[in-house]
Amino acid sequence: MSKKHITTRINGEDVEFLAEPGASLLAALRDELGLTGSKEGCNNGNCGACNVVFDGALVNACCVLAVEANGVEITTIEGVANGEELHPLQTSFLENAALQCGICTPGFIVAAKALLDKEPDADEARIRHWLAGNLCRCTGYDKIVRAVLDAAADMRRTPA
Amino acid sequence: MTDKPNYRVIGTRPVRPDGIDKVTGRAQYGADTRLPGMLRGYVLRSPHAHAKIRGIDTSKAEALPGVKAVMTAADFCAPGQTVDQLPDLSANLMAGTKALYRGHAVAAVAAITDEIARDAAALIEVNYEVLPPVLDVREAMLPGAPILHEAMRSRTPTGPGENPSNIVAHTLSAFGDADAALAECDVVVDIVTSTKMVHQGYIEPQAATATWNPDGQVVIWTCTQGSFPARQNCSQILGHPISKIKVIPTEIGGGFGGKIAVYLEPVAAVLARKTGKPVKLTMDRSDVFEGTGPTPGTSIRATLGATKDGKFKALKADMAYENGAYPGAAATYATMVAAACYDIEHVKIDAFDVVVNKPRTQDYRAPSSPAAAFAIEQLVDKAAEKLGMDPLKLRLANSSHEGSRGPMGMPFSRIGHAECVEAALDSPHYNAPLEGPNRGRGVASGFWFNVGLRSSVNVTVQPDGTVSLVEGSTDIGGTRASLAMQLAETIGVEYEDVKPAVVDTDAVGYNDVTAGSRVTFASGMAVVEAGRNLIKEMTARLATAWNVPADAISFSNGVFSTADGSKTGTFKQIAENVVGRGPGLTVSGSVNAGFLQGGGFAHHIVDVEVDPDTGKVQILRYTAVQDVGTAVHPSYVEGQLQGGAAQGIGWALNEEYYYDETGRMVNAGYLDYRIPTTLDVPMIDTILVEVPNPLHPYGVRGAGEPPIVPPLAAIANAVYRATGQRQTQLPMSPRRILETTGKLG
Repeated sequence: MSKKHITTRINGEDVEFLAEPGASLLAALRDELGLTGSKEGCNNGNCGACNVVFDGALVNACCVLAVEANGVEITTIEGVANGEELHPLQTSFLENAALQCGICTPGFIVAAKALLDKEPDADEARIRHWLAGNLCRCTGYDKIVRAVLDAAADMRRTPA
Repeated sequence: MTDKPNYRVIGTRPVRPDGIDKVTGRAQYGADTRLPGMLRGYVLRSPHAHAKIRGIDTSKAEALPGVKAVMTAADFCAPGQTVDQLPDLSANLMAGTKALYRGHAVAAVAAITDEIARDAAALIEVNYEVLPPVLDVREAMLPGAPILHEAMRSRTPTGPGENPSNIVAHTLSAFGDADAALAECDVVVDIVTSTKMVHQGYIEPQAATATWNPDGQVVIWTCTQGSFPARQNCSQILGHPISKIKVIPTEIGGGFGGKIAVYLEPVAAVLARKTGKPVKLTMDRSDVFEGTGPTPGTSIRATLGATKDGKFKALKADMAYENGAYPGAAATYATMVAAACYDIEHVKIDAFDVVVNKPRTQDYRAPSSPAAAFAIEQLVDKAAEKLGMDPLKLRLANSSHEGSRGPMGMPFSRIGHAECVEAALDSPHYNAPLEGPNRGRGVASGFWFNVGLRSSVNVTVQPDGTVSLVEGSTDIGGTRASLAMQLAETIGVEYEDVKPAVVDTDAVGYNDVTAGSRVTFASGMAVVEAGRNLIKEMTARLATAWNVPADAISFSNGVFSTADGSKTGTFKQIAENVVGRGPGLTVSGSVNAGFLQGGGFAHHIVDVEVDPDTGKVQILRYTAVQDVGTAVHPSYVEGQLQGGAAQGIGWALNEEYYYDETGRMVNAGYLDYRIPTTLDVPMIDTILVEVPNPLHPYGVRGAGEPPIVPPLAAIANAVYRATGQRQTQLPMSPRRILETTGKLG
């Protein structure tokens, strides 16, 4: 089968690429577009390392076909910071030492942003429930959950 | 602990230097390597747990358009060598005459796309003669068991065995007369435990990319725990000089011992040689489970004897550890750690390393210690119950201390196990009542060595008075920060004025693996040495500039000054104005800190609730106490304790390699091999005990490994308190709990 021409918006920029019909969005982001911030941990939707926001919904990019991106607005980890200004979640992850190896960090930040954008008052129980699809093997989650709670409080003080 | 020096940088919590790259997605991990003209590789793996390989026909794969090369084990052979003569190191990367586990690599393809490489692999025809597998460690030890290696003879205390056997080695560790002492003990408790193979579970699958130039220069990008040992192994496997191989470590997405061994690197190099192009190989998650090295399953029988007033007199154990498909030394390690927490006069441990048709095992955080502690720390709990003593006070009364017999019989230097138990006794957690039905509190101790080994760093003074710190230890959990902090402390500059970088194998002296809790400790020693060398060299240059003898210049608190105080300058001023105007200044620090150094002890407290209907164990509260010597960056030290505890919780409650009778792992994915999520663990409280390590200039002890040791037994002890049933098998899954409480079947 021939490749399909895809037109999409990624991190606020218009993007065109050619997609194999069977290729995942994750493969397209990483291999075609060079956006390697989205990570492959499992390639079957179990680890969340490839989380992106897809027309407002949090998805595992490994479980979305690249051709489905046509006409869609996508935010990846590369689009979370505002230019040189880090997002409060990114600052909070750094200050709370919420990463060790860092491979799961992009997925956690994208997922947490998707939550806080809709539920700025999310409490620990809600955050833990929301992030249960993101696996981290280094931290035991303690500092990640605290980082998200701190970022939420910070974002409530200074709304974007 | 009260006389802790007043450090300026050590003990603070700065942001890590590599942090921004990691929160923005810029950091480059193993699979992120992209080179012009790069091919993609794919590895074909054995579907059988035990099979002779009669032949491999790659012709159809080679004929597929887009395929550039296919390789088999024969490509690792030296001239005149046959595949059955390949050493284990090579044979585990690619099976020659025999596949010894499902997932064992048998061939590899390089093609213009990943899809074509996978399609081509499916066209490779391997002629297997399927053999019966042996999957259980005790069954593998029996006469008549299927034999993995016909040429292997057991090493035993009385010499090599006569016949082929799956027992790699029988190691005996004995002090005193344990049998005689046990016969005289007032209280004797015993236990028989079994644990299953579990995986490190790092989120980043293995990935490697290689180029091979016509002049034989090889470059390998890989997410390894040790670029120098990886270079050494590639050199051995490829029969290619070390000087012609450069390993560039990418960022590494977790390892825990599982990324010490090479798997894809030599395969990528061979495919690069055959194609003349860069080749990238990545593993799928199922490849990671089936084709890399998990940690052994075990079978342990142990007996502990004590006097009626609670003094441990004798420990006797028989420990069998799975090595997987090739010989290892997991059980031998176990003999060194099993009794380390306690001062016990009479100890006898028989340890058996055994091969089975499962992946070759590798280290996993405090290798061999958690399974041993699962048995020993339950014995201590049973003894406490029989003696009517508080389990912490019993541990305190029998604790190892400075001078106690340590691993391999050598006395411990200053250690902090007793201090950990005391801190646990004083903790808010242990003093809070636990109420409610089906709830229980458990405690357990744990030990892991702190290995030293070799480290080298370079420090260069920059024109603006800052310094760059060049390291060769790959940074998994924040060691760029902890090493930069030690340098800043030593040379009296701000943490922000030290710029650390992890470089390739051509750019710095030899560094052993990032493992054994050694980087902040041993690379830290190299950093301190480099810092001192730098001050010495700057003093010499300053003597010339100030026209005074070098010994008239002192350096303290970041300031150089003459004895009369007439001339002074901060490090930064001197670096900028004196060094910066002279020839470049780079110094090194190199250490060999030996094999066994210091000792890390942990003690954990856990509260659980067991659902009597479903058998699910919920962790209600968790506290991890550990002697960390000196916490260089306390946040990342806490993170080690929390992460280790969480891995231990997963091991205790959920994780196992689940095999069918043919030797197929039926849960080779994260959905079914379920590691803890945010919902499975509570916040994990930490208590950092700081008994300075006399072997390190700032008192640092390795912190990474001890925290995975206590959780298995601590949770088992808690479940016992909640249900009245001892848990002798892992994982303590809902089904297992219901079986032991009589609610199932």
